[in-house]
Amino acid sequence: MAIGEGPGSVTTYDAKTPLRRREEVIADPRARLERMMEIRHAEQKIRELHEEGLAWGSTHSCDGQEAVAVGIAAAVPPTDHVVGAHRGHGLGLAMGLTPEQLLGETLGRSVGAVEGLGGSPHLVETSVGLVFTVTLMGAGIPIVAGLALAAQVQGSDRVAVAVFGDGAVNIGAFHEGLNLAALWRLPAVFIIENNHYGEFSRYDRTTTVEPPARRAEAYGLPWTLVDGQDVDAVIEAVGTAVATARSGGGPTLLELRTYRYFGHSRSDRAPYRPEGELEAWRARDPIRILGDRLVADGVVDEADLAAMEERCRERVEAAAAHALAAPVTDVTAMFRHVYPEAAP
Amino acid sequence: MARLRMNQAIGRALADAMDEDPTVVVFGEDVAAAGGVFKTSVGLLEAFGPDRVRDTPISEMAIVGAAVGAAMGGLRPVAEIMFADFFGVALDQVVTQGALVHYLTRGAVTVPMVVRSSVGAGRGFAATHSRTVEEWFLSAPGLKLVEVSGARTAYGLLRAAIREDGPVVVLEPRALYGSREEFEPGEDAVLALGRAEVRRPGDEATVVAVGQTVGIADRAIEELGASVELIDLLSLRPWDVDTVLESVARTGRLALVEEHPFTGGWGPDVASRVGQELFGDLAAPILRITAPDVPVPFARELEFRYLPSVEYVASQLRTWLDTGKLPAPWWADIREGV
Repeated sequence: MAIGEGPGSVTTYDAKTPLRRREEVIADPRARLERMMEIRHAEQKIRELHEEGLAWGSTHSCDGQEAVAVGIAAAVPPTDHVVGAHRGHGLGLAMGLTPEQLLGETLGRSVGAVEGLGGSPHLVETSVGLVFTVTLMGAGIPIVAGLALAAQVQGSDRVAVAVFGDGAVNIGAFHEGLNLAALWRLPAVFIIENNHYGEFSRYDRTTTVEPPARRAEAYGLPWTLVDGQDVDAVIEAVGTAVATARSGGGPTLLELRTYRYFGHSRSDRAPYRPEGELEAWRARDPIRILGDRLVADGVVDEADLAAMEERCRERVEAAAAHALAAPVTDVTAMFRHVYPEAAP
Repeated sequence: MARLRMNQAIGRALADAMDEDPTVVVFGEDVAAAGGVFKTSVGLLEAFGPDRVRDTPISEMAIVGAAVGAAMGGLRPVAEIMFADFFGVALDQVVTQGALVHYLTRGAVTVPMVVRSSVGAGRGFAATHSRTVEEWFLSAPGLKLVEVSGARTAYGLLRAAIREDGPVVVLEPRALYGSREEFEPGEDAVLALGRAEVRRPGDEATVVAVGQTVGIADRAIEELGASVELIDLLSLRPWDVDTVLESVARTGRLALVEEHPFTGGWGPDVASRVGQELFGDLAAPILRITAPDVPVPFARELEFRYLPSVEYVASQLRTWLDTGKLPAPWWADIREGV
């Protein structure tokens, strides 16, 4: 993916920035906390851009789910392959995408992750292993089986990871993909990011098995239910599954239990939520859980937390300003990359 | 008379059909408790109960397959696929199962099902949620396909589709759900499948449009000020050959305004049929005004460039009417450069 190319680009990052951002998240718990804050700020900024009429289309925010995104990004090396799904702003930033790439994509600008051609639901950054983001339910699951097949056939120790929502567990691709991955003992990890709602329907109104991850047993796969609000729990579970896959132990199905603070998309006020549910989950806010832990462990103090928040706010504001100043994607862009260009 | 938004007209058609026929059932993702993500089934659950109005899991293959089976079993299901792009995982049940049951049972079993779905670009839903995918269904004998163009035709065609004894796919342009139209719902508003409507009469040329391009073509012709006949095709399979041929035989010119890319869609079949039947009567080449052969781009400026606009349609028609020659599409020069 060309980053910051083209006339008039005002981008503030270069091609190595996403990888550097990813390495920070892998190495340092303080960077993980700050990245979770950055995701929260970015989602807030995206809502503002929509309210101001500067962004358009639909948008799916992941406030409340930051520990899932950052935990996966910290546990999976950037040389592995990840396919994301709906509500992927957090996963993108956690994996290394810059705020400018995200906001630029949201705004349809040339500095966006995919030049404003895909919109914020289609974030990609191959330099950190985010090879695709799918927005049709479960479509990434068999694709990840195939990415893992490639690694297996190539004799590579690469692992492929699918991240998808609880809404995807009732589609054929989930069952077909898991069975195939189990049958061929592929180096893959399948992660249900269970935020409790597929569109407007609570997962237990559309799924009869509790927890949904128990369906792994039907395919002879191990599964684990994980506290998705605790980034350290996410890192441990994902890390174990990735290590198992890498060592030839086959795929694992993980369910990271989390909660989305906002509705399905911009227009959804989520009237279907039981009273008190949102408040109960906000009491287990993933940013506060990690912040409290790092303060208790003496890794950071309250002043550090305030400084982190301020840096995130500034970084996201600067990214928005840069994205807004960047040229609107040129009309010729839609004609490029429809097919691979012929070799010269 | 009622002045209804298109999504309200669809809800009204479903309610009227359910009132008329107790075998009509409705199901799909978030269609019951939430009344549909595009508010096309508001109040149905309350009015007709959870037996007849059901939310489903996100399982398009099961939704369409269950519609086929429910229809075989004696119901008249109206299933919803939220975005037509999602038909990809359910296509087997529509074109390879549902469309063929009657034929392969030699008429012993019928499939009176309707599958409704939203289509089209212009709302910022990006490449995977914006196509019109008519061609997925056009090649399926046994299936009927209609595409509505506003509240009145949505009501009339949905009522007709529900009464049909074979499977019908009803495509609803997403961009039109909120547009209002005045009409009188009820028996007289039920339309016939397979019939086009002449939107405005004219004798210099015939323009055929479908779905959201009907309104675009109408405004473009208005802007031109020329005497151009506008036909809203409405039914795409089977389409109203007689109405189109009669019009073109009279005007000597045919232009099509298609939302989808140049390759595929409903336009090529109409163009080839008219070319075959009226070759010697045509005063100009058949003009197809379409989107370019690319995925639907996200950026707003690009998406509205992709879609045929009123200004673009008017300029294409003007050149074609003035010169009798095909104007180049807007992307002709760009394609050269990339």
